[in-house]
Amino acid sequence: MVNRIVVGARYGLRDWIMQRATAVVMAIYTFGLVLFLLTMPGTYEGWQAFFKTTWVQVLTQTTIIALLLHVWVGIRDVWMDYIKPVGLRLALHLFTIVWLVGCLIYSIKVVWGL
Amino acid sequence: MQAMQKKRPKHLDLGKIRLPLPGIVSILHRISGVGLFFTLPFIIYLLGGSLSSAEAFETYRTVIAHPLVKLILLGLLWAYMHHFCAGLRFLALDFHKGLELQTARSTARTVIIVSLALTVIIGGMLW
Repeated sequence: MVNRIVVGARYGLRDWIMQRATAVVMAIYTFGLVLFLLTMPGTYEGWQAFFKTTWVQVLTQTTIIALLLHVWVGIRDVWMDYIKPVGLRLALHLFTIVWLVGCLIYSIKVVWGL
Repeated sequence: MQAMQKKRPKHLDLGKIRLPLPGIVSILHRISGVGLFFTLPFIIYLLGGSLSSAEAFETYRTVIAHPLVKLILLGLLWAYMHHFCAGLRFLALDFHKGLELQTARSTARTVIIVSLALTVIIGGMLW
């Protein structure tokens, strides 16, 4: 175990765990979707009816939120690794947040057929 | 300790350094992730189009039938497959499974091959 002096800073363990946990959620969703695709009648109507079911919409929206949290940790890591000027890095963090919130709003529209 | 570190051989000839296979999987995981990040609105659009009403669906079909769009779709398919397979491998590594050098190399090779094969198979089915 690493002996660290706690100074109130974050060490990123929570983000690390969140990235893994959300990955598992997405993997389960993917396997479920593939299972459906392999067993469904193979029609456009079947696909549409499937995504009109409330529980599918709930699971899809939940998975998309997991995806956005996963992307946030991953992309933030990329900016932290490669972008050294603080101003630019913060601007990119801000852009990432705006981009992902935009994706969330758009995904709500698409998933719930608004 | 200090002396030991100084004696370490340095090999920083960028022309000669080759990224090992697990390193290639890792950087491709990162590249595919960034690619998927920037195309996320387009991916949501793809889902939306497949769920749209009959007349909007026709427009959607012409959009995705465009050769350039198809090429992008194929790229996205690979990005997803690689990110998925490499991600499963990383999860296993987090649980200390497959850490031995030989195993790590062979699983890295498997990730590259499987994700390419799945891209070809699924892409071929959808093309």
